[in-house]
Amino acid sequence: MDQSVARVRPRAAGSSFFARRWVAALSSALVLGGAAGALHAQAWEPTRTVEFIVPAGTGGGADQMARFIQGIIQKNNLMKQPIIVVNKGGGAGAEGFLEVKSAKGDPHKIVITLSNLFTTGLSTGTFDWTEFTPVSMMALDQFVLWVNAKNPAKSATEFIEQVRAAGGKMRMGGTGARQEDQIITVSIERAAKVKFTYIPFKGGGEVATQLVGGHVDSTVNNPIEAVAQWRAGGLRPLCVFDDERMPYKARVTETMSWHDIPTCREAGVPTDYVMLRGIFMPGGVTPAQRDYFVGLMRKVRETPEWKKFIAEGAFNPTAHEGDAFVKWLTRAKDEHRTLMNEAGWVTKK
Amino acid sequence: MEELQSLMHGFAIAMTWQNLMLMFLGIILGVLIGVLPGLGGANGIAILLPLTFTMSPTSAIILLSCIYWGALFGGAITSILFNIPGEPWSVATTFDGHPMARQGRAGEALTAAFTGSFIGAFFAVVMITFLAPMVAEFALRFGPPEYFAVYLLAFCSFVGMGKGSPWKTIAAMMLGFALAAVGMDTVTGQLRMTFGSTELMRGFDFLVAVIGLFGIGEILLTMEEGLEFKGRSAKINARVVWQTWKELPKFWATSIRAVLIGCWMGVTPGGATPASFMSYGVARQISKNGHNFGKGEMEGVVAPEVAAHAAGTSALLPMLALGIPGSPTAAVLLGGLLIWGLQPGPLLFVEQKDFVWGLIASMYLGNIVGLIVVLTTVPLFAAILRIPFSIIAPVIIVVCAIGAYTVNNAMLDVWLMMLFGVVGYVFKKLDYPMAPMVLALVLGDRAEDSFRQAMLMSQGSLSILWQNWLVGGISALAIALLLWPFLAPLRARLRKAPEPA
Repeated sequence: MDQSVARVRPRAAGSSFFARRWVAALSSALVLGGAAGALHAQAWEPTRTVEFIVPAGTGGGADQMARFIQGIIQKNNLMKQPIIVVNKGGGAGAEGFLEVKSAKGDPHKIVITLSNLFTTGLSTGTFDWTEFTPVSMMALDQFVLWVNAKNPAKSATEFIEQVRAAGGKMRMGGTGARQEDQIITVSIERAAKVKFTYIPFKGGGEVATQLVGGHVDSTVNNPIEAVAQWRAGGLRPLCVFDDERMPYKARVTETMSWHDIPTCREAGVPTDYVMLRGIFMPGGVTPAQRDYFVGLMRKVRETPEWKKFIAEGAFNPTAHEGDAFVKWLTRAKDEHRTLMNEAGWVTKK
Repeated sequence: MEELQSLMHGFAIAMTWQNLMLMFLGIILGVLIGVLPGLGGANGIAILLPLTFTMSPTSAIILLSCIYWGALFGGAITSILFNIPGEPWSVATTFDGHPMARQGRAGEALTAAFTGSFIGAFFAVVMITFLAPMVAEFALRFGPPEYFAVYLLAFCSFVGMGKGSPWKTIAAMMLGFALAAVGMDTVTGQLRMTFGSTELMRGFDFLVAVIGLFGIGEILLTMEEGLEFKGRSAKINARVVWQTWKELPKFWATSIRAVLIGCWMGVTPGGATPASFMSYGVARQISKNGHNFGKGEMEGVVAPEVAAHAAGTSALLPMLALGIPGSPTAAVLLGGLLIWGLQPGPLLFVEQKDFVWGLIASMYLGNIVGLIVVLTTVPLFAAILRIPFSIIAPVIIVVCAIGAYTVNNAMLDVWLMMLFGVVGYVFKKLDYPMAPMVLALVLGDRAEDSFRQAMLMSQGSLSILWQNWLVGGISALAIALLLWPFLAPLRARLRKAPEPA
């Protein structure tokens, strides 16, 4: 048996007992059968409950994905031990990441990341992705430039002309400050030499509704956050911040599919940005422990439920493991550092 | 009446044996979640969400929404019995509910709270049934200045509430604002007042503060008073429900106001907590028995409970119709909808008729089931007060500690709870009101965010708070309520003068 299996977590060992017991009491009222799934022979597998940390609040995109993964694992009996989702969203996710950082060598903890892996890390100067063990990239989340359907602008260039004419008064709504939405806003400002008034809100759904209600002039919502309002005719997509169009050709509204939205580069606003939806473990775990979760996540991605989820949310389905993932992370970190440095948001260690 | 037809269709979907069983199960689980402080409706539903993937979406939402109703009902139980709010929206229920319990009227208080909850929920469901598209349209009008005006209204309706010095009220409120400011600032993305501590990054959780201030504070007070638990004289009387029901129709005016406040706050993401506080504050200022509030007035139990349940129920409307959650629990349910492959939003009512009307029908049925379940437990819960204090107090403290831990899975919160307990005790001794502090803690950062968002929108001009009739009206009402303590004596004098004539 591997040595680090027996290692007790430094802090939460005694105290999480209660939480787990409550969870167990509630779950047992519902779970009909035990987890009796046959497991493939593997070098290492979890010996107790795995904690799945979400460095964001309940109900957001990362939380949804984590709970969906948890559901797939449970439904298909992919893991013998239970997995529980724990939200640690304080300080724009710093709370969750710092907990994972301090749990060095603990193989019973995984964390789902969003862009705050880079943004919060850089702006608070408290952690870096190299302090964690990369497991796999599950997908990339897209961003789309949206305006209210009543706005006469039919293309990104027309809209940028409006922004220029307003001289900094056009309101861009986004989620959080110094996070992905504001980074994209700054990128547009640089690429098109215009100025927005950026207004931060707490959640993506709220941002989309503020745009429908006409309280802001544009947003860079994820597809999943704005799709309902798009289909209902409240919003209009102008361009997607990726280097290729989205692959989904099924009609979403009566006339358009996700694939019909041009990239921002095509539309004359040369910016792109995608958000990592990836899984990490604490630093200092053994390769066998990492490989277990790499395999588990691969099995998750192969389920029909996952494929449906990715298509409905219009995610970029790119997935990476191992070296390819590390290479992607290195490049993404550099890009974030450049952008955030220029905006003056980086805290020096 | 197209809606009525759809609703009947919905009942046909919801009324299967399997769904009715799920309702009972959901309500009982929900009541348990509501009773355990800290494990709120949002957490409870989030934990159970993955287990529903194998169910049909309609059965799944019936189960989860019934947990939500159960939690709304259950939150009142510990508030009344032990002065410990099981849920944030039941804080206001403690103000009069617990004094009633201490007078041996726990059964009446529980019955009033449960019946009030049911009434609130019922009217909110009626509103959802018939006015959904209109109300959703109204919710869209709310931007940052409107939100700020609503929060301002909540604060202003409260300033006149403290019986003691208004300065003490303001001091307590400011302390609440200061505590609410700890953590990440949404507008600039900077950390504030965390002093380099990771644990403080998430800020002070409202529930931890409330469990400490009310629950632990109350136990400290009882200990000082010689370990005597005054609710002991409570008689167990199965007829208490009927006797209380005979009294309730008196409070029709309060109930109507509470339903209106609740529906409004639920639809615009204010949520159940501010609704309960606002309803209590307004009832206290308008009611004939206002001076008696805080001493065990049944009206003071009905007002917040009706509003909280109306708000909690109507919070589901913007979730379904717009895809924006009106409360944290609704946010988790929203995630559930996406996972089940449904797309919340304006088209849900058109494309998923079975689901929507099944859910709405289950709201009626779930609340009826809930009322029956909780009312049958009234004598049982009232009997808990007969247990000697020396036995029940350690149990309460343990439950509080577990609750505080569960909020964020953090040990620091347990220590904070203890600290807040001492603060609560000192507040009581020095006659500082706790409610304004709690209100500022729960709404402070949201009010700040929306104010600063509004200022960004207007480039720093306050005139944005009067830019249209909606925000202007709410702002004006807020200021009128703020000045109420000064206006009321004036009005009384004006009224008195012509009396002899």
